[in-house]
Amino acid sequence: MTLLSILDVELALLIVGVAIWTIAARDLFGAVVGYVAYGLLLAFVWIRLYAPDVALTEAAVGGGVTGVLLITAGKRLGALKNAVPDAQPRLAFKLLTAALAALVACAIGAAVLMLPDPPPSLAPDAAAAANGAGAGLGNPITAVLMSYRSFDTMLEKVVLILAVIGVWSVGTDKAWGGAPAPFRKAKSYPPMVFFAQFLAPVGVLIGIHLFWAGANAPGGAFQGGALLAAMWMVTMMARLVEPPPVDAQWLRLSLVAGPAVFLIAGLAGEIVAGSFFAYPPSLAKPIILLIEAFMVLSIAAALPMLVAGPPSERTDP
Amino acid sequence: MTTLLDLFTLVAVSAGTFFFFAGTVGLLRFPDSLTRLHALSKADNLGLGLVALGLIPHAENLLSALKLIVIWVLVLLSSASTSQLIGRALRRGRK
Repeated sequence: MTLLSILDVELALLIVGVAIWTIAARDLFGAVVGYVAYGLLLAFVWIRLYAPDVALTEAAVGGGVTGVLLITAGKRLGALKNAVPDAQPRLAFKLLTAALAALVACAIGAAVLMLPDPPPSLAPDAAAAANGAGAGLGNPITAVLMSYRSFDTMLEKVVLILAVIGVWSVGTDKAWGGAPAPFRKAKSYPPMVFFAQFLAPVGVLIGIHLFWAGANAPGGAFQGGALLAAMWMVTMMARLVEPPPVDAQWLRLSLVAGPAVFLIAGLAGEIVAGSFFAYPPSLAKPIILLIEAFMVLSIAAALPMLVAGPPSERTDP
Repeated sequence: MTTLLDLFTLVAVSAGTFFFFAGTVGLLRFPDSLTRLHALSKADNLGLGLVALGLIPHAENLLSALKLIVIWVLVLLSSASTSQLIGRALRRGRK
């Protein structure tokens, strides 16, 4: 074995180890930290598989945004635990859960083992479509996402909005229209303020760069949007800005902007280029960049709203 | 000239790796969280700085060399800030 393949095997073992540790951790916070480490290690795996686009997404979402989301959720669970008596699930229920989980694992394992050889793949078609007329981008990943699988990409963003609506609908009737609770109860702490003030401009620049570079190099709308979302969350954690009220018009417009522009461009393609989600070849790149710019906006608005949670009881603006 | 640059890279990256090793040993062996933070900051700041410095002669162009330095500065900033935040949380927890 070469040195690199030994390192790969070690990385794989490390990931399995961290995964087991995350499941076995009794302490909620420890489990979240384990999960974040697991996400970052997975990003390394994607790099070793020559998939830098996926690695960027995994690092930003799996390592970053999900970590913040889980820590916030954990904190709220901790606050709830004091109010509600902690009912332990019965042994039979635990066994049933374990059996179901094992069944799912077995089904996935069987599906992987029973794959035909060679596996049926859309990759050659997708690569051809990505290089073909109408794709118009140097980065085949972005071309596939935006030209070949455009409907799926649009629906992914719709799912994000549905998730935000789901989170908002958990709030009480009285709180509706108000803002989610601030990220921290305490007043701002100077080192955190300094950190946010320094990091946010740099992060916003890198986020926009990732989106812009995504046309020709690894990067893209989701990676750039996730970074912008992280910067918004950092400034909210430093209490430099507060979460906006959920009925703010600019917030709702930014949330729906991505899928809406995507859908309009898709419908226009039916008229101009002859089929749903087809772009006229000469204009493909500007149209794709326009759609992606609005998707970046939607992602940057949706992810922090998921973390901020439902509107809180506090009704003062 | 190339040999000299290679030698520089070798020395700097090895020194950086040493600091990462020392930081990891400290993380595993030190008795409490504050001293563990102290050990980690050595790995983050000096270790990564030396590795970045050592890789600069091998950067494709000036822009990638600058990117290496920017990465180091960003890690410096975030590790210093998070150490500050963790330290404060620890102090509050003790009271």
